[in-house]
Amino acid sequence: MARVLVGPEDFDVGAEMAALVRGRTDIGGIGCFVGTVRAFSGGRDLAAMTLEHYPGMTEHAVARIAEEAEQRWSLLGCTVIHRVGRLVPGANIVLVLAAASHRQAALAATAFLIDWLKTRAPFWKCEEFAAGGVSWVAARDEDDAAAGRWDEAGA
Amino acid sequence: MTVPVRLLYFAWLRERLGTAEEEVTLPAGVDTVGALLAWQRARGPAAAEAFASATVRCAVNQEFANDSTPIASGDEVAFFPPVTGG
Repeated sequence: MARVLVGPEDFDVGAEMAALVRGRTDIGGIGCFVGTVRAFSGGRDLAAMTLEHYPGMTEHAVARIAEEAEQRWSLLGCTVIHRVGRLVPGANIVLVLAAASHRQAALAATAFLIDWLKTRAPFWKCEEFAAGGVSWVAARDEDDAAAGRWDEAGA
Repeated sequence: MTVPVRLLYFAWLRERLGTAEEEVTLPAGVDTVGALLAWQRARGPAAAEAFASATVRCAVNQEFANDSTPIASGDEVAFFPPVTGG
């Protein structure tokens, strides 16, 4: 059962990884992805980014996709943490950890989970520019294409 | 027969409509997401503009939905732009 957290609190990557492997000797590799806030967007300096989500649906949707990843890649452990609220440049946004017997499964599951989070989980980013003004981030076709490759058989 | 539902709005849709959620009673015949979108567009200029975009997405009872998804009494129906998390 994956550990899934959605909320404003920051996370500690080392502590999460330690918790995932504690007491285990069957894990051969852990895939890790950490998403952070960049200080610029489209050539403009960013003051902050605010993440909105759909409480209730988000947790269920993320838990369901984590369960799918656990089954598809026979994961031995999985953690998905996604922050919401106002985050400043350099701050953590999202953490994905996938533990498996071998590296291929750990890395593939990690990529699958982050691709999926970008395109199928109900989160929305709003950028706040240093020079003033705010703008909702538009969905990117490349992200849809990245997520779509996991729908293909054998991916 | 009329249908009471709870409507939720997120991101720029929420801002353009000026509300995050509302309880409404839908008239008879508005029993799918497609019909609800048409009903929304007919509510006034702000709603017509907000729902004009083909990019508006929908979830019924917290599951992604499409135009043919049925809507029943007591449902929670959310409208939002394409998601941009991760």
